[in-house]
Amino acid sequence: MKRFLKLTLISILAVMMLGACGKEKVGGGAKNVDAKIKKQDKIIFGVKNDTRLFGYKNPSTGKVEGFDIDLAHALAKEMLGDENKVEFKEVTSKTRIPMLNNGEVDAVIATMTISEERKKEVDFTDVYFQAGQSLLVKKGSNIKGIEDLKKGTKALAVKGSTSAINIREKAPETQVLEFENYGEAFTALKSGKGDALTTDDAILYGMADEDPDYELVGGTFTEEPYGIAVKKGNTALVDKLNKALKAVKDSGKYEEIKSKWIKH
Amino acid sequence: MDFSILTDNFGLYLEGFKNTIIASVIALVSSFFLGVIVAVMRISPVKVLNWLGTGYVEFFRNIPVLIITFFFYFGLASIGIELDGLKAGTTALSIYTSAFIAEAIRAGIMSVPKGQMEAARSSGLSYNQSMRLIILPQAIKIVIPSLGNQFINLVKNSSILGVVAGLDLMYQADLISARAFVTFDVYLFVAMFYLVLTIPLSLGVHYLEKRLARSH
Repeated sequence: MKRFLKLTLISILAVMMLGACGKEKVGGGAKNVDAKIKKQDKIIFGVKNDTRLFGYKNPSTGKVEGFDIDLAHALAKEMLGDENKVEFKEVTSKTRIPMLNNGEVDAVIATMTISEERKKEVDFTDVYFQAGQSLLVKKGSNIKGIEDLKKGTKALAVKGSTSAINIREKAPETQVLEFENYGEAFTALKSGKGDALTTDDAILYGMADEDPDYELVGGTFTEEPYGIAVKKGNTALVDKLNKALKAVKDSGKYEEIKSKWIKH
Repeated sequence: MDFSILTDNFGLYLEGFKNTIIASVIALVSSFFLGVIVAVMRISPVKVLNWLGTGYVEFFRNIPVLIITFFFYFGLASIGIELDGLKAGTTALSIYTSAFIAEAIRAGIMSVPKGQMEAARSSGLSYNQSMRLIILPQAIKIVIPSLGNQFINLVKNSSILGVVAGLDLMYQADLISARAFVTFDVYLFVAMFYLVLTIPLSLGVHYLEKRLARSH
């Protein structure tokens, strides 16, 4: 027993030491991201790789493509004069804030909803796309809208997304199962692990596009304004991004990108 | 370290801890028995059993446990067999670990002197009786340390449940970190919960080892 206590104590102390090391790392990476961008002469964007229409790695070309990607290129053209001065790194809903905070990416443009909670952690630009949360179901499903998600039903979502939090508020009786990414969540829906998949309509349209057996029901029940996120405190960079975003909108480039990807 | 993460989300941690224990205990027991059966098959004089045992071990220990888990969660669903994340993950874990346990036990059986089997047979026991009553007890005693390793691995590998919504510690931690926007600390507390399971396990194996060595 004595030995057990000793060993447990030592292990827990070791874990806490790890914790102390971790603390120092938080806030690591460049503080002034704007200066870092100038120095490296390119912007490292965190983008989704699993979200059709927004950020999706095309398996046949190996390239990431979508609305977010095209917009990132357009922003780079405004800010650095060359649309190819960008680098893309994959983020997921779960990893995007940590990756932004440790400096692995300069800005996140990854179907990210501007929320009050997140504003405490990162800074956002102006809204660049207005989405809303909805439900995707198999055609002919009993679920016609959020009100049908009663006790005994299962809703599928993605870890770290606002939709996973919203659905618990709007349909408190349904059981929510969360997956690593949209690919897995959609596979789970297809294999009958849940009754409805919930996230932003823009993302769901991409899935319905891929498999016509599935459809959106019930319209949207939240507003999800997407913003570009940067590390907290980088107001200069936010200003530059906002200016670039405005220029992209004014020049008509924004509408061009939007109509290319979003057809609904 | 921010202990408010632990206290604020204690219910979720506890729920995850409970499911991790359930999955680990079930997988531990079933992978042990499955492992013994496969080990005996592998050294069986019956050719067909021999092949089946070898095929089982080589197949399951050489693919990632994640893929086995996906098979039980997503794959079986396509032929109408519905397993939830906890069940699918626990089954996958049992099968994956049993391949390693089978190899450990086979090594144990091989290290029991041949004379033991011969003596058992000539005293009138059948092959099956000799195996069960004479060889296996000695073999398992020999390989207890390496079984202990496998069991500790099993407890840690149970984090695989997190990717199929198995509601275990790792799954809950993913949800907590997403809501609290804290990554590192959330998982440090998870590490502590795992330690609470693995250290007693490791000491238990140690104790068993000493205890059985004395009885020789």
